[in-house]
Amino acid sequence: MSAIYILIAAGLLIAGGFLFVFLWAVRSGQFDDDITPSIRILFDDEEPADTAKNNSG
Amino acid sequence: MIRIINFVVRKAQFWDRVRIEKKPGNLDNAREKMMEKADLYTHTPEENLVEETCYHCSLPCEDTAIRYDSKAFCCSGCQAVYSILKEKDLCAYYRLPDAKGNSPDRNYYKGKYQYLDLPEIKQKVVSFSENGITQVNWYIPSMHCSSCIWLLENLHKLHDGVSAALVDFPEKTVRISIRDEAIKLSELAGLMSSVGYEPYISLNDLEGKKTSRFDRKRIYKIGIAGFAFGNIMFMGLSDYFTIIGSTGLGSETEAVFGAISILLSLPVFFYCSSDFFVSAWKAIKNRQLNIDAPIALAILVTFVRSLFEIASQTGSGYLDSMTGIVFFMLIGRYFQDKSYSLISFDRDYKSFFPVAVSVMKNGIESQMQISEIEPGDRLRIRSSEMIPCDGRLVSETAAIDYSFVSGESAPVTKTMNEQVYAGGKISGASIELEATKKVAQSYLTGLWNNDVFTQARDEEESRLTSFINRYFTIAVFLIGSVSWIYWAWAGDFKRGFDAMTTVWIIACPCALLLSDTFTNGNLLAIFRRNGLYLKNAHILEKLSGIKKVVFDKTGTLTLPDAAEVRFKGYPLTPAEKGMIAEVSKQSVHPLSRLVREFLERQAAESGVFSVSGLKQYKEQAGGGLEAVCGSVTVRLGSGRWVGEAGDGGEEVRTSRVYIAFDGVVRGFFEVESKYREGLKETVRLLDKDGIDACMLSGDKPTDIVFLADVFGGEDRLSFSRTPQDKLDFVRQLQGSNREAVMMLGDGLNDAGALMQSDVGVAVSDNINNFTPASDAILEGSCLKDIGAFVRLAAAGRRIVTGSFGISVIYNIVGLYFAVQGELKPVVAAILMPASSISIILFTTLMSRLKARQLMKVKNL
Repeated sequence: MSAIYILIAAGLLIAGGFLFVFLWAVRSGQFDDDITPSIRILFDDEEPADTAKNNSG
Repeated sequence: MIRIINFVVRKAQFWDRVRIEKKPGNLDNAREKMMEKADLYTHTPEENLVEETCYHCSLPCEDTAIRYDSKAFCCSGCQAVYSILKEKDLCAYYRLPDAKGNSPDRNYYKGKYQYLDLPEIKQKVVSFSENGITQVNWYIPSMHCSSCIWLLENLHKLHDGVSAALVDFPEKTVRISIRDEAIKLSELAGLMSSVGYEPYISLNDLEGKKTSRFDRKRIYKIGIAGFAFGNIMFMGLSDYFTIIGSTGLGSETEAVFGAISILLSLPVFFYCSSDFFVSAWKAIKNRQLNIDAPIALAILVTFVRSLFEIASQTGSGYLDSMTGIVFFMLIGRYFQDKSYSLISFDRDYKSFFPVAVSVMKNGIESQMQISEIEPGDRLRIRSSEMIPCDGRLVSETAAIDYSFVSGESAPVTKTMNEQVYAGGKISGASIELEATKKVAQSYLTGLWNNDVFTQARDEEESRLTSFINRYFTIAVFLIGSVSWIYWAWAGDFKRGFDAMTTVWIIACPCALLLSDTFTNGNLLAIFRRNGLYLKNAHILEKLSGIKKVVFDKTGTLTLPDAAEVRFKGYPLTPAEKGMIAEVSKQSVHPLSRLVREFLERQAAESGVFSVSGLKQYKEQAGGGLEAVCGSVTVRLGSGRWVGEAGDGGEEVRTSRVYIAFDGVVRGFFEVESKYREGLKETVRLLDKDGIDACMLSGDKPTDIVFLADVFGGEDRLSFSRTPQDKLDFVRQLQGSNREAVMMLGDGLNDAGALMQSDVGVAVSDNINNFTPASDAILEGSCLKDIGAFVRLAAAGRRIVTGSFGISVIYNIVGLYFAVQGELKPVVAAILMPASSISIILFTTLMSRLKARQLMKVKNL
């Protein structure tokens, strides 16, 4: 049954990794405004996208 | 085919020419040419008039289109924006779908935002300033479509000093970073105003009252609870598949699984569910029970019992159910908060007042924060600016529009040394006045000292949930205790303890909380799509119990800036019409403005009038206008002013403007306010539901016959009410048995009544305009749906009751196992999410179905 401990550890690690990524995304403000980016992506711009920095606070 | 195209093109060219020629000075010429050409084509001018829309703002160009760069513009403002964008190569703006530009504010003047450069104000409006980089987060009320986002985020192309701009569309804010040495804040505000995106900067911002609607913590909590929920279920899988007997894992593995489950549940118990504990504790401290109290108890009992079971190796606990309900309840609350409107509802006078005013000192004009105005200061107020404090007029005359304060739409004319009150808007030329009081002590701001404004409205729990709390919680306690006593009687104390705690766990009213939050969330979203924006979910329940509705007249029942004008009397020649138009142009009185617009519309249809110069213009307040036009003396105004004898009581029903040439009365223009459509049906629908409707106006009595027909009797109408009268009227309607009264109003004069009423609805034709403090904001065009809104709110209550019924069925099933002390974790783990999900589905489907029946809805 020792194999199951390795599997559980691996499973928790992966799930924890996703949780960490999610929390990081919230922290960097990606969930603050879920409407504007969906509009912004449709603009055809002639130059690279804005370099506006995110509020990482 | 080619001939047809040719003809259309020629026709277009012809009309273009006519439009240009119709500018002042070319009037006669244009008319002659028009007659000539009109004969050539066998069409009447009306038929030919193709509606042309402004290239910038997409509004119809009416009769005065401006041609520029082979495009039509409705006004010079729009054309100016276009030329700015063209110069900076930003015309992609117009290629975006739904592009509809904003016309810049005509009342903007250079230096309007100079106050932003005052260090003490600057410090308050910037969100961040360091190393020569300043960041502001400004509210832009006129932002409305995707092209707005595009333009605002390309602000750096308009000015080098802007380094970046990022729009938050739902909040209508833009965060702009600028380099201090390249652009000043006042220049930035001016730049944005020049392209039609004027920032709104109010005193509330300056006082640091910034409320963020958004709490990232809530999303953290949902994420963590979801993570724990999933993984604890994963640990419990072996349990779920072995309903009878042991898991076959061996006690060591079970212990490890239990330990991991406990570890995962710790952040859920201590962090994610903290809101429920805090809220329950607060309520208990105030000797009350709220819905969070039984929920917090259930979470606590589940957690403690699970710890006990796992530690004593007697079971695997209910940690999966616990994390599950926390996860679902957090999602429910998030959903409800998300559907709250993003409009600000609690506005007091500070939201309406300017931040700074121009102060004259030794002939030099400078800007000063309005809180620093001292009695004796000389202020200069420009057209359509608001008077910030009571004062004495220094200029010779001033026309002041007090409609915001009193509801009376006609401006008041004041002469030198007369007292003027705060809250009036200047119409016409700019004035100077000497402040006699500080801003906070003025007459208008005094209105906010009334009790209804200072009293905090307690956010009481809804009736349904408080009912449940009272009886449901007691019932759960009773069932739990009875089953404990039963098993204790039988001598099985362990089983009794098990039964009691599982009853408390299974009967957690989380399903009720979910049905409340999801129904409210759905309804708020439906209301919002139909033009009613509610402040919060409590208003929904109050709305469902409304017994009386009070309407304000001006701006609520009537359409602002629209009126029907008819001429009655001896027909006027075009020359006479031209004279009247020219004379009425001199006055800012709304009636003369309406008459002028009426004549100009006629001119656009049937040809242009020639106009000769004016002499000896004079205006008498409360009387009318007089001027000499060529050799004719023209008088415009009240019956008394022109010398009409039969000017009797009839006049009060509609507004009339009499016309006299050289003392001979020729007739009158009848000006009737235009009412919104469907008023009578609205009142009838309310009446059918047993809701009384009445009208309360600050205006003088007009249109009594029409309004009596709408409301079903003259006794339902009251006129000439002061703001205080309105407040008292609502209080009196509520009576001693506190009947629920809804008040609909628009002006500041309704502010007191809106606060006093149970549901205060501010009616506005542009929801981004600033409305008085209220519980809800209604789009003017949706006023006719008010009865349907009330019905839908009542249907919402029934949906909550119905979904509560569903959760009771689940509870009975759960309780059946629980009282026997045999609730398997797997049963709990199935029942809890199943009840949550079926309640979410039920409320969502039912509220949409009801909305479809009641609202005849657009885009559901």
